[in-house]
Amino acid sequence: MADQKVTQTVGRRWRNGIKAVAVVSALGFVATACSGSSGPPTLTWYINPDDGGQAAIAQKCTEQANGAYTIETSLLPNDAASQREQLARRLAAGDSSMDIMSLDPPYIPELAEPGFLAPVPDDIAQSSTQDVVQGAIDGATWKGELVTVPFWANTQILWYRKSVAEAAGLDMTQPVTWDQLIEAARSQDKYLGVQGARAESMTVWLNALIASGGGEIVVNPEASAEELQLGLDSPQGEKAAEIISTIGTEGLGGPGLPTMDENASMELFQGDQGSFMVNYNFVWPAMQSAVEEGSLDQSVVDDIGWAVFPRVDADTEAAPPLGGINLGVGADSDHVDLAYEAISCIVQPENQTEYFVTNGNAPAVRSAFDDPSVAQDFPMATTIRESLDIAAPRPQTPYYNEVSTGIQQTWTPPSAVDPASTPASSQQFITEVLRGERLL
Amino acid sequence: MSTTTETARKPVREARPVKSDRAKAESRLGWLLAGPAFVIMLLVTAYPILQAVYDSLFSYRLTAPDDRHFVGLANYGVILTDWVWWRDLLVTLLVTVVTVVVELILGFALALVMHGALKSIRGILRTAILVPYGIITVVSAFAWYYAFDINSGFVNQWFSWVPGISPDLNWFAHFETSIAVIIASEIWKTTPFISLLLLSGLAQVPGELTEAAKVDGATRWEVMRKVTLPNMKAAIMVAVLFRALDAFRIFDNVFIMTNGANSTEVLSLLAYRTSIGRLEIGMGSAVSVLLFICVLLIAFIAIKVFKVDLAGTRGGN
Repeated sequence: MADQKVTQTVGRRWRNGIKAVAVVSALGFVATACSGSSGPPTLTWYINPDDGGQAAIAQKCTEQANGAYTIETSLLPNDAASQREQLARRLAAGDSSMDIMSLDPPYIPELAEPGFLAPVPDDIAQSSTQDVVQGAIDGATWKGELVTVPFWANTQILWYRKSVAEAAGLDMTQPVTWDQLIEAARSQDKYLGVQGARAESMTVWLNALIASGGGEIVVNPEASAEELQLGLDSPQGEKAAEIISTIGTEGLGGPGLPTMDENASMELFQGDQGSFMVNYNFVWPAMQSAVEEGSLDQSVVDDIGWAVFPRVDADTEAAPPLGGINLGVGADSDHVDLAYEAISCIVQPENQTEYFVTNGNAPAVRSAFDDPSVAQDFPMATTIRESLDIAAPRPQTPYYNEVSTGIQQTWTPPSAVDPASTPASSQQFITEVLRGERLL
Repeated sequence: MSTTTETARKPVREARPVKSDRAKAESRLGWLLAGPAFVIMLLVTAYPILQAVYDSLFSYRLTAPDDRHFVGLANYGVILTDWVWWRDLLVTLLVTVVTVVVELILGFALALVMHGALKSIRGILRTAILVPYGIITVVSAFAWYYAFDINSGFVNQWFSWVPGISPDLNWFAHFETSIAVIIASEIWKTTPFISLLLLSGLAQVPGELTEAAKVDGATRWEVMRKVTLPNMKAAIMVAVLFRALDAFRIFDNVFIMTNGANSTEVLSLLAYRTSIGRLEIGMGSAVSVLLFICVLLIAFIAIKVFKVDLAGTRGGN
């Protein structure tokens, strides 16, 4: 009896198992059959996280395609470095689903050099660069050829508390220098909102400081790893180190400086000790939302002004950081032509305007700033547009990751930066890493 | 007398090599049942290791596939002559030694509490103690990070009365404070594991031995030192070995909390950053192979030098 029971149980288990396998197989077959049916091809768009703006554009362009294609979005990790890691791995493996990719400009040469990106058709190259800010075009180009399409551009501006600037006697209608901001923070016993964390933001800050002084981090970006020459050990590098070091050693960035990212800077700026802050446009909609939620007082927002990024030298124009996103197509995509067709829809100026208003990311095309809704939602739009015209991209080299990580390791925490030694030691360290002589 | 002794010894000597038919059949069945799993395990563990050893002999960057060339042992030379490797090794050893020692003491105390608890609350007690171990490591790392972070954390406010803690203390800005939080989170997370292993060891100590010692007038401390601990040696050494290997591969906590800033980088993070971050497959594989050798060394030292008897924990037979 017992044996019979066991046999029955085992038999039932087998039958259930076979049923389960059959159901799963059937579902798989149906799914395969559906995906292989005669419907429009699906284009996958790998997007960086946002407030739903890219998904909305994908939906809009799918509708406008009239059945020619469907765009599906696939979310990438939060930070740019992790996005690059995932995209590079997939592209190197020949993943055919890499139809459209939202790419951070500094990482584009690394993907373009080994031929991971499909060439941009001439007509799209021409139409997508008309009236586009120069920095965004530079970021989309590798070895003189447009390899991606500019989608939106981003830049940092100087945000300030009107009351603090006034008390410090600064005329904010005129360009201000870092030395003036440091002095104002010192005299008013306030904190400066800068990003001192060991992250990409440190390279962004350093690049802006060196470029504003007329220098460059990488002198010959198109050179091989062994021949890459750095411009860190230079008068501009020394001046940049002086600014970072002063803010770090004197505690002018607040106690949170060594771990401070863009969000933390914003929180510091909103607080009682806030004075000046360099940061992206996202802070404006974020502060508006905070007021609506009741976590921020309207008087703080009323006290906020904006200006172009601070200068290093009073007589030399500032070079604000340039960020943003470009759109690329994977070389192994099954639908290269359709993907470029979809991209030409995505980057339409009206879509860029809508993306700016809804998600706070500034357009790459100048005409998108002309929409009245932009001025209404972003009163600092003119400052952003002016900044984009003078913004300096980060070094465009296939070895950007090594350069950037090397900078992050040698220029943080800000209090440990020494103008006399950091530029030289950092340059030597990164050069040895590039030659394969050291670990990073 | 001597004849009796001879006949008594004989069967004992012969019993070892001769297996009964039943034992043979069981042994065959054992191999048949475990064989496929053994082969699969060999494939999924041996293949990646051999592939890593092979890749480590090349200068190979994932985003420069055409530039791949053989460099022999040059990658190992670069790693072993770089202070970054030795610094990361020291940090990893520091985390391993401190966490294992503290966890052993705390875990033993918890095991004693669980062992001595009333039957009615034993279940609840074990569940409560196990809770941290049940939490996913990344989740616990984030929880600790947000608790101590100067912008979002509450620790500075709650414990501002403790000397050395003030609202301005940035825990993740210095080596000492960063590593202290990383180690504390690791201890919090894995002490339950070690306490469960020790609890099973405590349960194996024969009750009659402790009773006899008590009857002989031994104090609690003497019973612990001369009866309980010697009988638990196998369980303790296995717990130390398992936790040491586990702690040596620490990754999540450091990755989330500091990402290696302030010289808190550990070896697994170095391997990750080289292989995945820099996409330097050759150099990254070499780091991974060296990390693997370190793990093997720890296991070898524990088993040979400290004589850990892995078979001794099968249930006290």
